[in-house]
Amino acid sequence: MSTTVQRGAASGEIEQTPPAAPLSPLVEMQGLSVQFGNREILCGLTASLRGRSIGLLGPNGAGKSTLINTLLGFYKSSAGSARVFGYDVGTEIRKIRGLVGYMPENDAFISKMNAVSFVQMMGELSGLPPDMALERAHEALFYVGLAEARYRPLGTYSLGMKQLAKLAQAIVHGPKLLILDEPTNGLDPSARQRMIRMIKDIRDGKEMRIVLCSHLLRDVEDTCDEVLILKQGRIAHYSNLDEERRANKRFLELETYGANGDFTEAIEKLGCECAVTANRMKMILAGGVETRDIFRLAAERQVRIRRMNFRRDTLEDIFLKAMES
Amino acid sequence: MAVYRRSYKPYSGGLTATWSRCFVLFRYSRRNLFRSKFMTALFVICFFWPLICLSMIYLAHSASFLQQMGLPAGVLSIDNKFFFQFMSVQGVFAFLLTAFAGPGLISPDLANGALPLYFCRPFSRVEYVLGKSSVLAILLSQITWVPGLVLFIMQASLAGPSWAWNNLWIAGSLVLSSLLWIAILSLLAMALSAWVKWRIVAGALLLGVMFFGAGFAQAINGVMRTEWGHFFNVAYLMGTVWNGLFQVDSEHAIPVAQAWIALLVYCTICLGLLMRKVRAYEVIK
Repeated sequence: MSTTVQRGAASGEIEQTPPAAPLSPLVEMQGLSVQFGNREILCGLTASLRGRSIGLLGPNGAGKSTLINTLLGFYKSSAGSARVFGYDVGTEIRKIRGLVGYMPENDAFISKMNAVSFVQMMGELSGLPPDMALERAHEALFYVGLAEARYRPLGTYSLGMKQLAKLAQAIVHGPKLLILDEPTNGLDPSARQRMIRMIKDIRDGKEMRIVLCSHLLRDVEDTCDEVLILKQGRIAHYSNLDEERRANKRFLELETYGANGDFTEAIEKLGCECAVTANRMKMILAGGVETRDIFRLAAERQVRIRRMNFRRDTLEDIFLKAMES
Repeated sequence: MAVYRRSYKPYSGGLTATWSRCFVLFRYSRRNLFRSKFMTALFVICFFWPLICLSMIYLAHSASFLQQMGLPAGVLSIDNKFFFQFMSVQGVFAFLLTAFAGPGLISPDLANGALPLYFCRPFSRVEYVLGKSSVLAILLSQITWVPGLVLFIMQASLAGPSWAWNNLWIAGSLVLSSLLWIAILSLLAMALSAWVKWRIVAGALLLGVMFFGAGFAQAINGVMRTEWGHFFNVAYLMGTVWNGLFQVDSEHAIPVAQAWIALLVYCTICLGLLMRKVRAYEVIK
């Protein structure tokens, strides 16, 4: 992820959006464990997830889907507790399910039904009156882009269309939380882009909060503001991606006009490692050195900065660090 | 693709009552069932025998018809044996209808992984099973105890209140025998379809349980020189219970009470099998 600062910026600071008001906790876990037979799948998870859009990351078998299924009440916890919107998963699962829309990972449809009937039925099962469910089924199918195929039996749909139908049934009843389990699985690049765009659109609409489970870092990076990384059933890392990015402004790439050895020397005196090629400079910022210091040095030496790129830690870096820890 | 793009709108209207949601499954499943012309034809055929029985009741009370035919009055007696015969024939039709309709209720949901979509909503496993089994229960009721009671009312209106009062127990037997048969058939069909997940195979298995079960029972009885083999024959057990309920003289190797218990055990086993499979995700330990 990189941010570009154009020459002529009034200050050396990157323009930051003001931090949003803290959201109420979405998922709270207190020593949550899940065991199948003798095998412990989730081991004592403790966290309070508050983001608008939370990514669950981890390698295959880390326990991402198990966590989602436990939050939906499909699996019983062997120890600890979990709450969604403040409701206990063990005792108030019906209330939780009333607030949730779920898009499962695997194929989940009724083959002989057309998409309208399928989504309408799912809406009615969530409590919508039949006429309202029908209206919203059409709207949801239009929204996900299945308008013209909505009267076709689901069994004849392509994989990408089935994913969209699953998304439509998950949002038809207007849930407060949308749980997406590997939403881009098996999609070609354009279908993936469309799905990601839709998830972003839902997130930005602010009507729903999202929990997205994926092993694809790019999907999570594109759509989530918080990330929970699981490793072998344990929390390996939990962070706010924006804060994480802000805290890792390490790599800087400059395109300058009028720079000479003096400018490079001055930067190196600050303790930064520097590499120069023609009018481009790459540097690793030393601790305590801010971008405003670079701007100051440039101004003192009449060097014009044409472009400045921050190369921050990507989610991949964060993920790899979490996996190594 | 959509010609124009719509934005997402949240829902803020009212919700239906929780108890009413299993009827959603009933409506959709029944609609799907009657998309098949064969199913519709079979359902219509199921009413032939009740119509014949209705005609027989009418003719039994028609003095002019009996006179014309040269038959003595009372040759067509409408009694417990008549209703037992009615139930025996309708029981076979109920079985055929179940073999065709029953396996298609649950197996497509299991085969296509649709169960998580049901259970991620405020909708329980019990409500799911109730919703699906109500399709069969109502369908089979329409061809068993409902026409049976119509016949009973017809006979009572023609024979007079004293007949109705003296034979009121037959109405109870009609309802009870039908409900037990419906419960056995529905649970068996759904449990089998939940386990094999393939509609055609589940239908064949249901036939197999009935016919091969009878053969297996005979084999056990023959080889082990016992009567206990009949416990593997669901149709025989049902026949024994019906004989008891309709007070028809017939020799049975198993006491009626034991046949009742055996059938209830079958129902419990089927329910257990069903609840084991009807889960959002199967946990393999």
